[in-house]
Amino acid sequence: MSHLPVLPILLPLLAAAALVLAARAPIGLRRAIGIGATAAHLGLSLLLAAAAARGEVSVYLLGNWPAWAGIALMVDRLAALMLVLTGALALCAQLHAAGGADRRGAHFHALFQFQLMGLSGAFLTADLFNLFVFFEVLLISSYGLLLHGDGALRLKRSVHYVAFNLVASALFLLAVAVLYGTLGTLNMADLAAKIAQVPPADAALVRSGGLLLLVVFAAKAALLPLFLWLPGAYAAATAPVAALFAVMTKVGVYAVIRVHTLLFGHDAGPAADLAWPWLLPAGLATLALGALGALSATTLRRLVAWLVVVSAGTLFIAIGVAGEAALGAALYYLVHSTLAAAALFLLADRVRRARGEAGDSLRTVGATARRARLGLAFLLAATAVAALPPWSGFLAKALLLDAIAGHADAGWIWAVVLGSGLLVIVALARAGSHLFWREPATAPSPAQPARATEGFATSLLLAAIVALSVFAGPASDYTRATAAQLHAPATLLMQVQATVPIEREAPP
Amino acid sequence: MELALSIAIGLLIAAGTWLALRARTFDLVLGLTLLSYAVNLAIFAMGRLAPGKPPLVREGTAGALATHADPLPQALVLTAIVISFAMTALLLAIAVRSRAANRSDHVDGGGGDGA
Repeated sequence: MSHLPVLPILLPLLAAAALVLAARAPIGLRRAIGIGATAAHLGLSLLLAAAAARGEVSVYLLGNWPAWAGIALMVDRLAALMLVLTGALALCAQLHAAGGADRRGAHFHALFQFQLMGLSGAFLTADLFNLFVFFEVLLISSYGLLLHGDGALRLKRSVHYVAFNLVASALFLLAVAVLYGTLGTLNMADLAAKIAQVPPADAALVRSGGLLLLVVFAAKAALLPLFLWLPGAYAAATAPVAALFAVMTKVGVYAVIRVHTLLFGHDAGPAADLAWPWLLPAGLATLALGALGALSATTLRRLVAWLVVVSAGTLFIAIGVAGEAALGAALYYLVHSTLAAAALFLLADRVRRARGEAGDSLRTVGATARRARLGLAFLLAATAVAALPPWSGFLAKALLLDAIAGHADAGWIWAVVLGSGLLVIVALARAGSHLFWREPATAPSPAQPARATEGFATSLLLAAIVALSVFAGPASDYTRATAAQLHAPATLLMQVQATVPIEREAPP
Repeated sequence: MELALSIAIGLLIAAGTWLALRARTFDLVLGLTLLSYAVNLAIFAMGRLAPGKPPLVREGTAGALATHADPLPQALVLTAIVISFAMTALLLAIAVRSRAANRSDHVDGGGGDGA
């Protein structure tokens, strides 16, 4: 049993502990520890992904307890994909923060590492209660990060965000309690085996537990009607935090995919295919409202926050269709949309600084400084997020529409996906012409100076989108294989059950 | 005993929900606290209520659920209590800061909502 799977959790934990102690150390040292730890985390994730790409499923037993008694970690293709995405995103967000945004609070880098630990743990764990614990780890640090930079508006939005998530956590615990009370286990492999054979008397309880979990994950992933907290909170966060939060909603999407294919999938007997009938209509409504919200946005950051809702809606449609090809396309779209949203959040911050007092409001006021550079970056990010060719978003949506073609409601789904795509393009074109195109009517207000690392961070994210488009073949092969692995949960479960503790000889 | 506990959990949830939906931050904190109490009791009850059974196996007794209480929900409750306690403390701190900064303890209060 290799210790590699536990390292993406341990490394940020140790780095965060060191950073808490070093809160008064020079900012250069804190940046070095933080960025170094995140880069190492990305390296470890790539190692795990290389193993997962060969089709290996590694299971790690914490404390060498057998899986049914202790907590197991599991690395399959999906977990490895999410780890790599998180690591890459966190690295870019931190490079942006190193431009100076991290000076506004002593514990920024420590909170960032705790957040990374929570995200990694949530992607790796194969235990339902442990998933709750890692959700709380990532939420507690996200509360701190949302407040980074202080200010009355951030405090107000934080009250909403914290209260909303506390209620969601209470529901999560109730769902866990219901499932444990009826099935007597919390290990995902054991749960799947027991749900498939649940007696009819308990079936209603198990189904209600599964649907409660769906509500909780939908709240994290910003699915209608539980997304109202998102645009305000994301638009109020500082740029690097908002960029990292682009992957936070994807934790909810990940949890839905993991729990509802593994535990409540096709083979789950009386609780089979629990989530899909709910996800499709909710996803369609989320997508339509998200596109309308993007049109109504008055600042660039709020517009990007609405685009996160749009991406969640699209993902849930693809998941709700419940086909293997659609899920593969959805995972490719997940990677693409997360990178594009993060790039736009970072870009919005640079635009805000370049426009002086006008900030990122979508009005034509003074000229935008550094117009050519920012405008080109915005053009690339906007065409990517609006799913225009030649970027990966276009390929993802084409794959998705193709996978849906055989569905009974294909006409409706195509109409909503394409129509909302048009609205998003209109919203982005409007934003771009306000910010970069129109001739200014008034004298420009002085811009704040550009920061070198911020430009580098945005370029890295945009380069990742270009790479995802150029290497679309291997990338979509990987996500297709991921979907195939998720649609055959029996092999995953066997791997968890087949991993036994290492017997050591007793010391003399 | 099950009936009494169920009614108590239901009352706590109802009161907690009502308080959490009120517009003042103090009521909100109290409501969320009541909700977490209810959830903790629910987890505890899921291990089945059994008076007079220890959760620890002593030497000389068989470790079966017939003679012992299920120790796992108790461990889960302990984790949940710690987490919800920390969260309540954090929410209180944010609420106090927000009241000072926005000059109101209304959850949406103080100033415009301009993004």
